[in-house]
Amino acid sequence: MAGAPSAERSAGRALAGPAPAGVSGDVIRTSGLTKRFGDRTAVDGLDLVVPRGSVFGFLGPNGSGKTTTIRMLMGLIAPSAGSASVLGAPMPQSVGAVLPRVGALIEGPALYGFLSGRANLVRFDAADPTADPRTREQRVAAALERVGLSAAAGRKARGYSLGMKQRLGLAAALLRPRELLVLDEPTNGLDPQGMREIRALVRELAADGTTVFLSSHLLDEIEQVCTHAAVMSRGRLVVQGTVAELAARAQGRLVVRTADAEEAVRVLKEHGVTDLRLSDGSVDGLPPEGEAVLPVLCAALVGAGVRVRGFAVERGTLEDAFVALTGEGFDVAG
Amino acid sequence: MSRAEAVPQGGAVAAVRPRVGAAGYAALFTSELAMTFRRARTIAMLGILAALPVLIGVVVRVHTGGSRGEGPAFVAQVTQNGLFLVFTALAVTLPVFLPMTVGVVAGDAVAGEAATGTLRYLLVAPAGRTRLLAAKFAAALVFCLAATGVVALSALATGAVLFPLGEVTLLSGDAIGVGEALLRAVLVAGVVALSLAGLVAVGLFVSTLTGSGIAAMATTVVLVITVQILDSFPQLHAVQPFLFTHQWLSFSDLLRERMYWDNVLENLGLQAVYVAVFGSAAWARFTARDITV
Ligand SMILES: Nc1ncnc2c1ncn2[C@@H]1O[C@H](COP(=O)(O)OP(=O)(O)O)[C@@H](O)[C@H]1O
Ligand SMILES: [Mg+2]
Repeated sequence: MAGAPSAERSAGRALAGPAPAGVSGDVIRTSGLTKRFGDRTAVDGLDLVVPRGSVFGFLGPNGSGKTTTIRMLMGLIAPSAGSASVLGAPMPQSVGAVLPRVGALIEGPALYGFLSGRANLVRFDAADPTADPRTREQRVAAALERVGLSAAAGRKARGYSLGMKQRLGLAAALLRPRELLVLDEPTNGLDPQGMREIRALVRELAADGTTVFLSSHLLDEIEQVCTHAAVMSRGRLVVQGTVAELAARAQGRLVVRTADAEEAVRVLKEHGVTDLRLSDGSVDGLPPEGEAVLPVLCAALVGAGVRVRGFAVERGTLEDAFVALTGEGFDVAG
Repeated sequence: MSRAEAVPQGGAVAAVRPRVGAAGYAALFTSELAMTFRRARTIAMLGILAALPVLIGVVVRVHTGGSRGEGPAFVAQVTQNGLFLVFTALAVTLPVFLPMTVGVVAGDAVAGEAATGTLRYLLVAPAGRTRLLAAKFAAALVFCLAATGVVALSALATGAVLFPLGEVTLLSGDAIGVGEALLRAVLVAGVVALSLAGLVAVGLFVSTLTGSGIAAMATTVVLVITVQILDSFPQLHAVQPFLFTHQWLSFSDLLRERMYWDNVLENLGLQAVYVAVFGSAAWARFTARDITV
C-alpha cells in the first residue's frame, strides 16, 4: 500500500499539506471491496480511490450501496471480500489508529434524546481515548459554534428538529481537526437554506485542507461542491474521476433559439442531429460527434433561411452522464 | 493546545497515533457512569428500591404483637432490633427486585445504543469495542453496588426510625455491638452486590445479541426468574449448584458469631465463572458483530 503511486489521479487539487515520502496520496483506497447480506450483494467488487484534498462525491440512487461502503470504511461491518484502506492503514484492523483522524456522519444523526446537545458532544468526545479531556469543553463549544447550534446547546436533543439533529451530528464529526470527513447524505431532511449552509461548511472545511467524502443521491449537490465523484449503481462502481471529466462524458446538447423552429428541426435532422426536441422559440438535440460539425450546422441553418437568434452547445450535466453510463434514470430504488 | 492540532497530515500511522493518556482512556468509564445514573429510568428504579424497605418496615411495625416467626427472613428479629431490617430488606429484594433492575441496566447496555444508533457513533469515535464493553460492564457493576446500597441504607434509616437499635443478637445466639453489626451490614451488602455480577455478564451477553433494548431487558429479567424457578425443583438437584442464583441467600451465613464462609465463597466463585464465561461470550460476539444500525 505504502508508496503506491496514484498516477491515474492526475486531476486532484493541490495537496493539503506536504505528503510525507512513502505515504500514498490517497485517503481512501479499496480493492474488490464486497459486502453480501445473505444472498443479497449490497456492494460488489468496489475499487475506489479518493485522492487527498479532494471533495469526493459518492453518488448513487437509494439502495445502491453507499452507506454499506461507508460502514465498511469505518470498520463497523466486515467486508465479505476485498480490502479497504483509510489514511493509508487497512480497515477494519486499524480502527483505533485511524478513526481519531476521521469525522463521520453515517446514515443520519443518532443522539441521546435525554441529554442536551452539548452533553451529547461531550459523550461522543469522551468515547475517543485520544481526545484530550482538558480541552474537551472548548472543543465542544467550538464545534457547536461552527454548525450554528450554540444557542440551542443546552436544550435536550429530543426536542431538536431534524435539521438541528443533523447539525449536531456534523458537530460531533468536527470535534477535532480531521484529515478526512465522511458525510453520508449530510443534507437529508434539510430545507434549502440548511442545504446551502451545509454546502458552505463543506467548502470551508475543504479549503482548510480536509478531504471530504460526501455521499448523496442528489446529482446537483455533487456538482455544486465536489471536485471528484464516483457513481454507484446496484452495488457496483459505474465510473469515477473528476467532476469535470465525468460531465464531459455526457454529450452536450445543441440549443438553437429561433422563431423558425419547424424549419430548423428539418435542417438539423438532415445534418445528423438526433433526439430533437422542440420547445417555444428553441430547438435542441444531440449533435454528431466533433467540434467540426458545428460551423457546418450553423451555416446550413442560415443558408436555409432560418433566423438564428442563438446557437450554443450546453455542457452536459452529471445527470446526463449517469443516464448515458447506466442507460437508466437516476431515481431507481435498488 | 490539544494534541490533535499537532497531528501531521498523512504521516505514517504509528507516528501519528496520539499517545493515549490515562485520562483520555478513562473518560469513557466516567461517561458511562454518568449516562447510567442520570437516566430517569435509573433514578426511578433506585427510588423504588429505596421505597421497598420502608414498606417492609411499616408492614412489620403494624403487625408487631401478632403472630411472629412467619414471613421473610429475619422478620422476627426486626421488631427487637431495627438493624435487622437491613438483612430482611436485602433478602426480600435479592430474588426479584434487585435482579430486575440489574437486568434492565445490563440488558439495555449495548442493545439500547444499537437501537438508537448511537452505538455506531461511539464506535467511530472510536471507543474501541473491548473498551466500550468493559466500560459498560464496570458501570453495571457500580449500579449493582448502588442498588444494593440504596436498599441497605433505606432499610437502616427505616429500621432506626421504627424500631429500637442496640446490641444485635446473631443467628447463632451471640450478641455483638452496634458498630460491629454495621460492619457486618456493609459486608453483607457488598456480598449481595457481587452476587449480581454473574447476572451482569449474562445481561451484557444478551445485550450484544439483539438490536432491541426492550427485548434484551425482557430476556434478561425472564432469565433470572426462570433460573430461580428451576432452582426450586428438587428433580433438578444435579444442576442447581451451577445456577447463578443458587447461593444468593448464603449471605445469612455471615450473620453468625463465627462467620461461615463456605457457601459465600462458593457463590462468589460461581459469579466469577459466570463473568468469565458470559463476559468472553459477550466480547466474542460484540467484537465480531456487524453494526448495521
Ligand atoms: N443490514 C442489512 N441487511 C440486509 N440488507 C441490507 C442491510 N443493509 C443494507 N442492505 C441492502 O443493501 C443495499 C444497499 O444499501 P445501502 O448501502 O444502505 O444503500 P444506499 O446507502 O446507497 O442507499 C440495499 O439493497 C439494502 O437493502
Ligand atoms: Mg444510505
